[in-house]
Amino acid sequence: MADLDAFRQQTRAWLDENCPPSMRKPITKESDQCWGGRNFTFESNDQKLWLDRMAAKGWTAPDWPSEYGGGGLSQEEHKVLREELARISARPALSSFGVWMIGPAILKFGSEELKRQHLPAIVRGEIRWCQGYSEPGAGSDLAGLQTRAVDEGDHFIVNGQKIWTSYADKADWMFCLVRTNPDAKKQLGITLVLFDMATPGVSTKPIKLISGNSPFCESFLDDVRVEKSQVVGEINAGWTIAKYLLTHEREMIGGMGRTASGQKTLSQVAVECIGLDGGKLADDMLRGEIVRWDLDAAAFALTAERVLDEAKSGQGVGAASAMLKYYGTELNKRRQELLVALHGSDGLVWEGEAHREGAIPRNWLRSKGNSIEGGTTEVQLNVISRNILGLQ
Amino acid sequence: MSALVLNEEQQMLKDAAKRFMVESAPVSQLRALRDNNDETGFSRELWQSMVEMGFVGTLVPEQLGGSQFGYVGMGQISEQAGRNLSASPLISTAVGGVAALLLAGSSEQQQALLPKVAAGELLLALAVDETPRHNPVQVSTRLEAQGDGFVLNGRKQFVVDGHVADKLIVSARSSGADSEREGITLLLVDRTAAGVRVERTSMADSRNAAVVTFDDVKVAATDLLGEAGKGFAALELTLDVVNAQLAAELLGLSLESFERTVAYLLERKQFGVTLSTFQGLQHRCAHLFSELELVKSAVLKALMALDAGADDASMQVSLAKAKASEVAELATNEALQMHGGMGMTDEFDIGLFMKRARCVKALFGDFRYHANRFASLKGY
Repeated sequence: MADLDAFRQQTRAWLDENCPPSMRKPITKESDQCWGGRNFTFESNDQKLWLDRMAAKGWTAPDWPSEYGGGGLSQEEHKVLREELARISARPALSSFGVWMIGPAILKFGSEELKRQHLPAIVRGEIRWCQGYSEPGAGSDLAGLQTRAVDEGDHFIVNGQKIWTSYADKADWMFCLVRTNPDAKKQLGITLVLFDMATPGVSTKPIKLISGNSPFCESFLDDVRVEKSQVVGEINAGWTIAKYLLTHEREMIGGMGRTASGQKTLSQVAVECIGLDGGKLADDMLRGEIVRWDLDAAAFALTAERVLDEAKSGQGVGAASAMLKYYGTELNKRRQELLVALHGSDGLVWEGEAHREGAIPRNWLRSKGNSIEGGTTEVQLNVISRNILGLQ
Repeated sequence: MSALVLNEEQQMLKDAAKRFMVESAPVSQLRALRDNNDETGFSRELWQSMVEMGFVGTLVPEQLGGSQFGYVGMGQISEQAGRNLSASPLISTAVGGVAALLLAGSSEQQQALLPKVAAGELLLALAVDETPRHNPVQVSTRLEAQGDGFVLNGRKQFVVDGHVADKLIVSARSSGADSEREGITLLLVDRTAAGVRVERTSMADSRNAAVVTFDDVKVAATDLLGEAGKGFAALELTLDVVNAQLAAELLGLSLESFERTVAYLLERKQFGVTLSTFQGLQHRCAHLFSELELVKSAVLKALMALDAGADDASMQVSLAKAKASEVAELATNEALQMHGGMGMTDEFDIGLFMKRARCVKALFGDFRYHANRFASLKGY
């Protein structure tokens, strides 16, 4: 305990000195978020400074071993760091699929060589990653993917097409599921490989969404050479790693059901938009809908906390990530619907600085994808009913 | 911030309560009480066993004969009682009565009464509501000074275990207008005192409730719980304590009807396959599972907040009771529908869970009451 208190004091002092004041303001637009990578344009010197200082401490990946550039923090220390960052409303120094997804998979399943090659670059925000999972013919049925990798001795030649690749047009490397054995049962012929997006034969094309933005791409792979040293884990054993990564992704997306620190709560927005009458929201019907959401959101946040606490004390419920993903994304969609309703016609203005370039309707439309990406709501319900309840 | 998990002692109490309720107070016992038109509405023998198990004194301080095991501990007992529809005065006496005495009573009153409660020698009942829908500030029952004491006039309903309680804990108005928080007094009245009329009301869940009328009932000054006109704060806290336990009971009965339904789907065959193979049913079960996970968290948090004396305990209790009520309605409705025609029969237990769920929800505030209170406490 005393050690943890000392760690808190040191952390607080370091953050006081090293977190630039402009990095303690809420994120209001896309460019406020730092994704790093070869082609990233920093919005300000402070944004770069904040990334470099945090990366030097390994605190962009606080719980990774320090030998690979991580912070080497214990779970308790990591929690203290999170709390101290939240206390000063610090922006994340780095948003990264490397930190959130492929890094943990390389740590768990990758060779020593892969760890040394990729992890430090992820920590420093030098390489931006994208995920090559879904294909035009393999969405919910992900294991049915058809992108072929033909064995050429020390390397594979990969041909196929990926879709819904987040930010593929901005990414430097891809982690990609490919079929290495077309004759085996579909889950048993899949391999997870890594390659540079600058490799000849790799091209991308952004997909414009109903929100008017293009966070996703189609990616085309034509005779792409991938070295065998860039296989994560064993050849034909990629499905296990893919599932591990999906669990991570579900937890991440499910987390959207919680109100982030620094974000206004729905009821605060409601009071601003509608006003109070006798201490109650001035619109009875909306008040009823807001309360329903608020109760569910409060109980959901407690559930996310309880699942973590149970996992720590070894009584984990296992497939809980499917439940969190299902409920969290549905909650976020309801929240976005209510935000549009609360703002009335202002909530439908599409452009213009006065309306933050249509942030409200665009976020609302983007949220519709929450219950599709990372495994649809229907797939999560399948997982719960089959794996937890044993209904089949 | 303590972790949202049971500690070892609480887990042991949960396991003990589980074994006890299954063996000594199963659903079949409630059925027998109902079918025999039992006048007490519960088994005195069972109550004595609950005393011996220490359940009745869970909230009573150690020096007064209890185990002082706290609200989380009591919640484990309530949850298991919910799973088995165990009929007993736990809620009226061991929870509501004890909480009112602890929160409003003087040390003399506590010393005189709590050891008797823990020993199973005294049954208590809360006489709060005067209207069909819960509204604790709506008090027209009047308490007026007379000589060196008081006189009580009025009518209370949905008084759980009112017809068997030795003493009633009554909210009455000493001053102020109806529906004002100020001016409400808590007091003790002997059920057998002159002018008290108790009429048992037969409820849908086959459990006990009563309408109680007070006609010029004489009350001694020593029977006031706390100061005249200043009782509402203690009453509100007492109701929080009771509602957290009712939420735990709702959780238990919802989980039990859900598990029985899943088991039924795995066994019942139609079209040559078990019902469990139909995705239309699977997804409804998966949704219900998720909702039940939320209720577990909300109930545990409310119990812990009460044990910790947290500032937001009232809000957490209303969250738990609202969510538990909403999901209990869904769970029992889905259970009945998925049992098909069998669910409509009296022979199957599922209907009993549905009936109990509605009564526990209505007692001291349903979903709407607590959702409204939650929003008000959050300032909107």
